Amino acid sequence: MMTAVRSNQPKKLHPHKFTLWVAMGSICMMFAALTSAYIVKRNQGIWEDVSFPKMFYYSTVVIIISSITIHIALKAFKARERNRYKFFITLTVFLGVLFALLQWIGFKELTNSGIKLLGAGSNAAASFLVVIIGLHTLHVLGGIIALIVAFFRAFSKKTINYNTTSIEIVATYWHFVDLLWIYLFIFLAWIK
Amino acid sequence: MSNEAVLHTPSSYAVHDDHAHDHHHHETFITKYVFSQDHKMISKQFLITGMVWALIGGLLSVLFRLQLGYPDSKFPWLQDLLGKFWVEDGRITAQAYYALVTTHGTVLIFFVLTAGLSGTFANFLIPLQIGARDMASPFMNMLSYWFFFAASCVMFSSLFVETGPFSGGWTAYPPLSALGQASPGSKTGMDLWLISMALFVVSTLLGGLNYVATVLNMRTKGMSMTRLPLTIWALFFTAVLGILTFPVLFSGFILLIFDRNFGTSFYLSDLYVNGTVLPNEGGSAILYQHLFWFLAHPEVYIVMLPAMGMVSEILSINSRKPIFGYIAMVGSLFAITCLSLLVWAHHMFVTGLNPFLGSIFVLFTLLIAVPSAIKVFNWLTTLWRGNIRFTPAMMFAIGFVSLFISGGLTGIWLGNSALDIHLHDTYFNIAHFHLVMGVASFFGMFAGVYHWYPKMYGRQLNNTLAYIHFWVTMIGAYLIFWPMHYEGLAGMPRRYYDYSIWESFKQFAELNRFISTVVIIVFATQFLFLFNFFYSIFKGRKATNPNPWGANTLEWTTPIHPGHGNWPGEIPEVHRWAYDYGKDDREFIPQTEPVGANESHH
Ligand code: HEM
Ligand SMILES: [Cu+2]
Repeated sequence: MMTAVRSNQPKKLHPHKFTLWVAMGSICMMFAALTSAYIVKRNQGIWEDVSFPKMFYYSTVVIIISSITIHIALKAFKARERNRYKFFITLTVFLGVLFALLQWIGFKELTNSGIKLLGAGSNAAASFLVVIIGLHTLHVLGGIIALIVAFFRAFSKKTINYNTTSIEIVATYWHFVDLLWIYLFIFLAWIK
Repeated sequence: MSNEAVLHTPSSYAVHDDHAHDHHHHETFITKYVFSQDHKMISKQFLITGMVWALIGGLLSVLFRLQLGYPDSKFPWLQDLLGKFWVEDGRITAQAYYALVTTHGTVLIFFVLTAGLSGTFANFLIPLQIGARDMASPFMNMLSYWFFFAASCVMFSSLFVETGPFSGGWTAYPPLSALGQASPGSKTGMDLWLISMALFVVSTLLGGLNYVATVLNMRTKGMSMTRLPLTIWALFFTAVLGILTFPVLFSGFILLIFDRNFGTSFYLSDLYVNGTVLPNEGGSAILYQHLFWFLAHPEVYIVMLPAMGMVSEILSINSRKPIFGYIAMVGSLFAITCLSLLVWAHHMFVTGLNPFLGSIFVLFTLLIAVPSAIKVFNWLTTLWRGNIRFTPAMMFAIGFVSLFISGGLTGIWLGNSALDIHLHDTYFNIAHFHLVMGVASFFGMFAGVYHWYPKMYGRQLNNTLAYIHFWVTMIGAYLIFWPMHYEGLAGMPRRYYDYSIWESFKQFAELNRFISTVVIIVFATQFLFLFNFFYSIFKGRKATNPNPWGANTLEWTTPIHPGHGNWPGEIPEVHRWAYDYGKDDREFIPQTEPVGANESHH
């Protein structure tokens, strides 16, 4: 069955994985555009830096840990240790949700300190934070959905599937949003 | 194991291999013609949707040319037809004029020459010419079309809202695009424009990801990258450009949406609209221009490259000669792709750009002329002493080269920031980009349709209609756009509703009438093509030869009506490049033929 595909189309990387890498390049361009817009805007006239909320430091720790847990989950899946996998994948989902929550609280912190994020008279630096971090969080939420789908797929009662491709794709994406956050964090918190 | 996912998709006809033809999945009308995952059907969906948009976009231009050519005439019948928003007192209203121009530009650049062109031919040709059963992800491919369809519906609906479609130009610069109160078209029309374009970006990205993944991963045995036909290289670079730049446009749109709907000031500052001072401070409209042109310059190449690729292929086949300088062709495509990412600010020379920065952009802009000239040189040398067959596709391909030269030369003028002070935003610019991008890419698209029609529908188009279509369009295009250079040199600005009130442009009243008249004739001629296209689907002469043009590439090794999976048996293996024409006294040698023992080297 497989030989025809194999012999006709030698593959190094699964095409879906390949597609994911290209898509990640595309997402990078989007954030590169936003961060360059940030720099351009910063160097123009009215600009008041906002203090970077403490909460974002915590969320950074959380997302880094979630990268580790998904890595362990993937290893467990490959070793066919179902329960370990279940535990760690659930933990990852949980950490992802926690991350999104912490981002939300971070913005609450900002508004509580009297900074206007949106609307008339808003602070441009803060608006940028909303757009950039908000968009990143959307990508994390997308990852959570993908995780949940992969989770149910891999453990549906009807078919037991040992194919690692989809879970590998999700894991790669998850590390990607993690790295993306680290980039944004360094960019927004330290590059002044 | 890693092929598992592929095998679940309909692309996996390899599994049935020898008996694929009598083993089709049961297909209903819906799965075959509507939610199809077959790349050939999706490509036809893109093509026909693109044709509908071309018709609408062309019609819009006829309407605004009526205003420009006949500013004193009244068209009461148009008012009956279109209603008061568009035509009042028998004259196209100013608001409608801007709405027409904007929608014309948006629709033709994005919906026709991006989706309609690369959507059609990337879908159709990539799997067929690289030897694949389908795209890497047929499902994503289908989604790509349906996002485009949704974008189309939203854009179409904006023609019918009370305040009219967006009217601030296809570039959608703020503040017109950011402030609802700035103009009628900036209200609901702009909301719909943004939604539509966001959907469109998603469609392009889904499509582009697939094209890249397919070209790099799904080539048949023996099809090394250097054996790829130039069409595939061009479509590949097109997709790469789209993937790199559409997200940037998307970012620009997101900031625009925040300015529109959430009161932020990314692009807005110190504004005074209809007697009220707006609170926005510190924003920069120029920031939007940077984000926009970072896409929109490469976009002109996204529009151009597929046409270049198809023209290279068609010129070579119909000259019965190998393409001249294959590697130089690939190299220049690559150079254009890279350089096109570095020249966006040549659209912003007069925005107060730092002159030093401006000179760097001048340098890169003029550098693009080098690979462009290489391509032109190679096309001409391919034709040189060829055994030319003037098929309709070949006519359009040669027409493309002519238009590309005429329009490209004026690019060198515009690329000089000093000259651009005079020429920017004039009809000279309009003439430049219509010749080099608009009409030229249309010619590439026509060439592609005339050439691959027998593969698409298993029938032939009518040649007489095709030749009439060609000559009227070709001559018409020059008659329309050539005079615009003179208008532009005289300083006539673009995007004005009525030039007759200007003393200095009164001299052009008759010229404008002439242009508008030709526009109507050319537009009417396109119906010959439409008729030919749709009539021949059902009644055209049946194709009897699976390889009617005597071409080398793989798509002509499939049956006349290829099923989903393209080849009934195994996918053929490739043994040579695609351009062995007129070699060793043989007219053509298909890519599937093994290299003979005493064959000469190319
Ligand atoms: C020989 C290479 C080319 C050069 C040096 C060149 C240069 C330029 C410059 C400097 C402008 C800006 C003019 C202004 O706004 O004042 C311009 C406008 C434009 N060019 Fe080109 N160009 C070249 C080829 C092309 C090609 C191949 C295409 C299309 C595929 C194209 C499409 C356009 C479009 C659409 C605009 C107008 C955009 C607008 O303002 O609405 N150009 N070109
Ligand atoms: Cu440009």
